[in-house]
Amino acid sequence: MSTVKTPRPVIQVSGIRKTYGRTVAVDEVSFEVNDGEIFGLIGPNGAGKTTTMECVEGIRKPDRGTISVLGLDPFREVYQLQERIGVQLQQAQLQKRIKVWEAVDLWASLYRKKSVDGERLLEQLGLVDKRDAWFMNLSGGQKQRLFIALALINDPEVVFLDELTTGLDPQARRAIWELVRGIRERGKTVFLTTHLMEEAERLCDRVAIIEHGRIIDIDTPQRLVDRHCPERIVVLATADSAAEERFRAIPRIESVVRSDLQFTIRGRGDDLVTEVIHCLSENRIRVTDFRMIVPNLEDVFLKLTGRSIRD
Amino acid sequence: MMMRGLWKLTWIEIKVFMREPLGAFGTIGFPVLVFLIVGRSAGRNIPATSLAANSFLRVGLPVLASLLIAVSSVLSLVTIISIYREGGILKRLRATPLRPQTILTAQVVVKLILTVSTLALMLLAGKRYYPVNVHVPLFGFTIALVISTLSILSIGFLIASIVPTARFAQPIGAAILYPMIAVSGLFTPVSSMPPVLQAIARVLPITYAVSLMEGIWKGDAWSAHIGDVAALAVVFFVCTALSAKVFRWE
Repeated sequence: MSTVKTPRPVIQVSGIRKTYGRTVAVDEVSFEVNDGEIFGLIGPNGAGKTTTMECVEGIRKPDRGTISVLGLDPFREVYQLQERIGVQLQQAQLQKRIKVWEAVDLWASLYRKKSVDGERLLEQLGLVDKRDAWFMNLSGGQKQRLFIALALINDPEVVFLDELTTGLDPQARRAIWELVRGIRERGKTVFLTTHLMEEAERLCDRVAIIEHGRIIDIDTPQRLVDRHCPERIVVLATADSAAEERFRAIPRIESVVRSDLQFTIRGRGDDLVTEVIHCLSENRIRVTDFRMIVPNLEDVFLKLTGRSIRD
Repeated sequence: MMMRGLWKLTWIEIKVFMREPLGAFGTIGFPVLVFLIVGRSAGRNIPATSLAANSFLRVGLPVLASLLIAVSSVLSLVTIISIYREGGILKRLRATPLRPQTILTAQVVVKLILTVSTLALMLLAGKRYYPVNVHVPLFGFTIALVISTLSILSIGFLIASIVPTARFAQPIGAAILYPMIAVSGLFTPVSSMPPVLQAIARVLPITYAVSLMEGIWKGDAWSAHIGDVAALAVVFFVCTALSAKVFRWE
């Protein structure tokens, strides 16, 4: 995960606000993205993720607040910035009948500095046998891989990925995650948005949770879970009639719910599991099932916003 | 460089256009076909000695076909711009070092190249199959067609800026442009129209395009058509300025 070096912010966003007519899309949004990390902006659809990202990319101008990317003002110095960043936009398309190699070739010609080898890029992204295919005939995963190729063609310092895996099947999604990790391995900074908590959890070094245009909390996925969802749940099954009473005697237990032979034991902190196992062995309780439920970002989101991200 | 990527983008746009199933035929083949079919049947049915028929075959029909070339280029531009906007292609291109004006200029260049090559094809086909011999100042006429196309293209940009969705682009464009041809003076001279139609014809740019192209086709000097060129230039600058203000990229 994070290496031991002092974080150097490459993106600094401070107090931005953006309205469309009377709708406030984002408000008081501030965060920093550090050099070499994968930073995720997570939240449900319509939370303000894309608006925030497009302000940082220089595509939109915030009504208020300041943004600095690689020391540049993304709106006033947008052309300088575009030389140094790579962008994948949400739901973007290309010309239906443009060939894969033509798109890569066009993109490569747009930058002042020498681009990376397009053919090698296609190879790395598994698109070599599609180089003569029309854009319209690519699968969803292939299109996204092409967009990643276009975002990397100028060897950018920061890569922006907006809802990269939306609409992809799980297998294609996993393949894309590997590619994104590969981008970080090359020393680049990745700023992504997603409404998939699993994606954020597996991919991001740090995440910012955004809802209704405001950032609720920022940290590593693990620390967010520890902070907001310290409760642990053990589910086990036993025929031992004395078990329920023993479980209730475990220190710092919050609740024991029994349903037939199955018990759901809730408590706080990482020690809960040890305590339960200890109790089982001490009392020689024979169990036929033992599972623990560890909260994840999904639960953090539910806790912070009072609703599921899927709603 | 301001126009970095312009030629590459233009070349890709031409290739992409030629790959459309109806792209090449609809825009290049159709006007040429109309020109030849109408020319042949008119040449056969009307006695060649008739003055009206002669003038129609010598001037009216070629100018009409040229106008159709220009208008179909413009309609294709309107459609492409709105499809690109709806699909996020314009936005995607904009999030590169490409300047906005480069992206749009590439589209205009593609349409001009298309217009001129269709004209060339029409003249070549005409030399062989057209019932009457016509001698035209080719270079001058090409310039006249390019000026007219540019002016109508700027109207096209204005339409493309306003149409809500790609589905409406073609019909709205056609509904605006084709009636302009009807009162352009191509079929009835403007001076013999009812006063109301005359007034309408005078404010429509295609009227000036027709007057310019007819004149140059017949061998008039450019100095006789400065007014037409000026009117087309005014339309071009006004529409370009307006669309620069209201153009939507997404």
